[in-house]
Amino acid sequence: MTKERAVGEKRWVNGVFGLMAWILGALFFFPVAWMVLSSFKTEQEAATSPKITFTPTLDRYREVTKSTRGLLSFGQAFSNSALIVVSSTIIVLLLAIPAAYALAIRPVPKWRDVLFFFISTKFLPLVASILPLWILAKQFHLLNTRLVLVILYTGMNLPLAVWMLRSFFSEVPRELIEAAEIDGASLRGQLTSIILPMAAPGIAATALLCVIFAWNEYFFAVQLNPVSGATVPIWVTTTISTRGNFLAKLSAASVLASIPVVLAGWIAQKRMIRGLAMGAIK
Amino acid sequence: MTSVRFEKAMRMYAGTTSPAVNALDLEIGDGELLVLVGPSGSGKSTALRMLAGLEPLDGGAIYIGDKDVSTTRPRDRDIAMVFQNYALYPNLTVAENMGFALKQAGVPKEERIKQVQEAARVLDLEPYLDRKPKNLSGGQRQRVAMGRAIVRRPAVFLMDEPLSNLDAKLRVQTRTELAELQSRLAVTTVYVTHDQVEAMTMGDRVAVLKDGFLQQCDAPGVLYHEPANIFVAGFIGSPAMNLVSVGSERPLHLGTSAIGFDPAGEAALSGLVGAVSVGFRPEALQIGDGPLRARIRTVEDLGSEVFVHLALEHGGESLALVSKMPVPFSGHPGDDVGVQINGTVHLFDADGLRAGSSNARLLS
Repeated sequence: MTKERAVGEKRWVNGVFGLMAWILGALFFFPVAWMVLSSFKTEQEAATSPKITFTPTLDRYREVTKSTRGLLSFGQAFSNSALIVVSSTIIVLLLAIPAAYALAIRPVPKWRDVLFFFISTKFLPLVASILPLWILAKQFHLLNTRLVLVILYTGMNLPLAVWMLRSFFSEVPRELIEAAEIDGASLRGQLTSIILPMAAPGIAATALLCVIFAWNEYFFAVQLNPVSGATVPIWVTTTISTRGNFLAKLSAASVLASIPVVLAGWIAQKRMIRGLAMGAIK
Repeated sequence: MTSVRFEKAMRMYAGTTSPAVNALDLEIGDGELLVLVGPSGSGKSTALRMLAGLEPLDGGAIYIGDKDVSTTRPRDRDIAMVFQNYALYPNLTVAENMGFALKQAGVPKEERIKQVQEAARVLDLEPYLDRKPKNLSGGQRQRVAMGRAIVRRPAVFLMDEPLSNLDAKLRVQTRTELAELQSRLAVTTVYVTHDQVEAMTMGDRVAVLKDGFLQQCDAPGVLYHEPANIFVAGFIGSPAMNLVSVGSERPLHLGTSAIGFDPAGEAALSGLVGAVSVGFRPEALQIGDGPLRARIRTVEDLGSEVFVHLALEHGGESLALVSKMPVPFSGHPGDDVGVQINGTVHLFDADGLRAGSSNARLLS
C-alpha cells in the first residue's frame, strides 16, 4: 500500500519536473523561433505588430545575400569563417589529443597543476588582453589577416579541448591500454586502434564545441580582422543600418549565420549518442 | 624452453610505507602452471603485473628464460595476459581482437586469419568471429580473452583472476578446460587468484602470498598437509583448519583434555619454548565418543558430507571449531556431543612457523 503511494507520488513529482523542463525549453526556444519568424516577414511587419500569421517572404534573404561591390558579401564572410574555424579546430585537436593523453593516460608529474594552468589562461577577461594582442598582431603584420584569428581561436579553444579530452580519455579502461601494450602495440598503435576509436564520441563533442565557439566569436574578429578577412558575425552586423528598419534583415542574416552551427550540432549529436550506446567492457 | 624467475623482486607504491611485493624469490619451470594466491592486498596481482612489465621494479630482477626483463617494455617480453575483466577491445570484432597482437607484429593477413581460425576452433569460437564483444556472453568473452592470448603463442601466459567474473557453475567448468588447454599447449603460466579452491585444483605448484611476502610455494598437496606456517594452514583448505592457541604449559590442553602426541610430535614439542598453537583439519575432528564435550552451533549438510560447527570451552572462552563428518549425520544445533581428534595435529611456534606434525588424540 505504502509502496503504491510512493510510486504515485514519484509520478506526480516527475510530471511537475517534466512540465518545468518544457516551460524552460520553450523560454529558451522562443527568441530563436521569433528570429526565424521575423526573417520571413517584411521590415514593416517585423518592426510593428508581433503577429503570428503573415505572408512569408524570402525577400530578406535575397537582400542580405546580394553582394555589392566593395562591401563584405555573405559568401566571402562564410568562406573566411569556414576556413578559420576548420583550421583552428584541426590544430586544436592535433595539439590537445597528445596533451590529454599525457594528462589522462600517462600522467606527467604535477599533472593537476598543469591542468589548472591550462584553465587559468581563461581567467583573464578578453578585453584586458586585446591591447597587447593588437600590438603583437601589428608587429607581426597579422592585422586584418585570417591567420591572426586562426592563432587566437586555437589558443582560445585549446584549454577547453584539453580538459574535455582528458576526461574522455580517462574513461578508456586502463586494462585496454595495458592489453594493447602487452599485445605489442606501439604508442601510435594504441592511439589509433584503441584509444581514439573509443574516445571518438568525445573527440566529436570537443570538436563541435570548438567549432561553435570559433564560429560565434565576435570580439577578436571585430578588433583584429574587421575588413579583408572578416567572418560571419561581422557580416551579420553589416545588415544593421542607421537609416530605416533592419530587424527582418538582421533576423535573416542571423538565421543564415546559425545554420552551420545547428547542422554541426545535429550531426555530432547523432554520433555522440551512438558512441555512448557502444557499451562498456563488461 | 621458458622459465620465469623472480630474484628479490620488490615493488613499493608511492605513498605507502611497506612494499606491495617484498623481496620475492620465485622460480617457475618451463611449461609449469604456477598459481599465485593470497588475500586482497597480498601483492599477488602486483607480482603478476611486474612480470608483465606493467609495474616497474623498485629492487631485484625478473628473468624470462635467461634474459633479465626488469626494464624491458611489456611488448618486448613475449608474454600474453588475460585480464580479470577480459579487456577486449570493444571497437573490434572477435576475430580482430584475437588477431590484434599478430597485426601489431606485422604478420601477413592470410597467416593471421589462419591462426585466428585455428584458435577459434580450439575454443569453439568459430560462429562468433564477426561479432563485437558486447554481443557475447560472459563465458564467450572469457574464451575470446583466452583466444587472444593463445593466438600469439607467447613464451609465458599471465592470467589475472580470469574466471572471477563467471558464475559458479561456468567457473568450475572453465577451470577444468583452462587447465587442460594449458597442459596441452605446455606454455609456462602464472595464474593469479584469491580463490584457494581454484589455486589447489589448477596449480602444478601454488605460491601463497601475504602482505607482499611469499609464505610458501609448493605442490597443492604439500601446502595442505605440510603448511609452512599458521597463515598458510588457515588460508588453504575449506572449511579452514581449526587453529587453537594452547599456551605454553605442558602437556598441551584443548579445553579440559590433554593432547597426546606420538613420539614424533613429542620430539617436536620438546624443542619448542613459549606459547604454542595447534592446528587440525575439520576431517581430523570427529564427533561421537570423545573425552571432550562440545555444543553443536550449526550443521551444514552438503549432501556428500556435513560440516558441523561446534563451540567448546577453552581457556575460559568459547572456542569455535569445525568438524567434517560423513553422511548421514544425526546431530542438531544445541546438542551436547563428545569430540575426539583422529588425525594429524600441526604444531606452530610462537612466531607461527610450523615446528612439526604428528598424529594425536585427546586424552581423557
